[in-house]
Amino acid sequence: MRGVRSPSGLTGQSSRPSFALVATNAKYWAALGDPTRRTIFELLVDRPSSVSGLANVLPVTRPAVSQHLKVLKDAGLVADTRSGKERIYRIDPDGLAAFRAEIDQFWMKTLAGYKLTVEQPTKDET
Amino acid sequence: MIKQPAPAPVKHSVVVEAPIARAFKVFTEDFGSFKPREHNLLAVPIAETIFEPRVGGHVYDRGVDGSECRFARVLAYEPPSRLLLSWDINPRWQIETELARTSEWEVRFTAEAENRTRVEIEHRHIERHGQGWESVRGGVDSDQGWPLYLQRFQKLFSRAG
Repeated sequence: MRGVRSPSGLTGQSSRPSFALVATNAKYWAALGDPTRRTIFELLVDRPSSVSGLANVLPVTRPAVSQHLKVLKDAGLVADTRSGKERIYRIDPDGLAAFRAEIDQFWMKTLAGYKLTVEQPTKDET
Repeated sequence: MIKQPAPAPVKHSVVVEAPIARAFKVFTEDFGSFKPREHNLLAVPIAETIFEPRVGGHVYDRGVDGSECRFARVLAYEPPSRLLLSWDINPRWQIETELARTSEWEVRFTAEAENRTRVEIEHRHIERHGQGWESVRGGVDSDQGWPLYLQRFQKLFSRAG
């Protein structure tokens, strides 16, 4: 999943990719493409947890858990809050930021296309 | 529970050199011709996009194999000045069947001159899609969830590369 970082070349270029909508959201998908991150994500769906809480039930080290959490956080899928000395990670209920950005893009492109279409000289107006 | 501020509505507008009636007509009848082509949740290419011009109608893509993706419901249809539609695609890029978890987009047409129309889009209540993240688990585990999407996603790249 490494090479999927920069999907922008896919949108608008190639004629085929029916999932370019998804591709523009690569961070999101790449974040969950890793099995360990998927497991972490699912554990956090069950309940918020600290890094050590997650490391205790996973076959990976704490630094590794932290790395994975950073990826999930960057993708807008988890959020953290400080609680005493620890950071508690949970599913970001507004993992919607990425979604909103997609919608934003959609309307920008749609209106640009609309302007072109509507301002075309009318040929077959009845 | 965890409360977060709702995301701001997405707002865009454009001024087109066309009378309001034509602006409305093109927006609805020709929606498929300017909707970005790559926005397709079907497994096959889109044959056409249909905008049903009535309350209760749908906006949907029909694939070349006849499959359909109904991604919006027409909630208000008021030519030539206003449209209100739902947005039934969820953050996992699947069709959302729980109506309480769908957002809405409004399109307003305003005549600025005889041959000039302002078209404003407001896509709001995006936070509704966030309700039920607790149910993400089911989606993640099912064949229709992440595994399927990731598979397709990866295929996209292997095909492109």
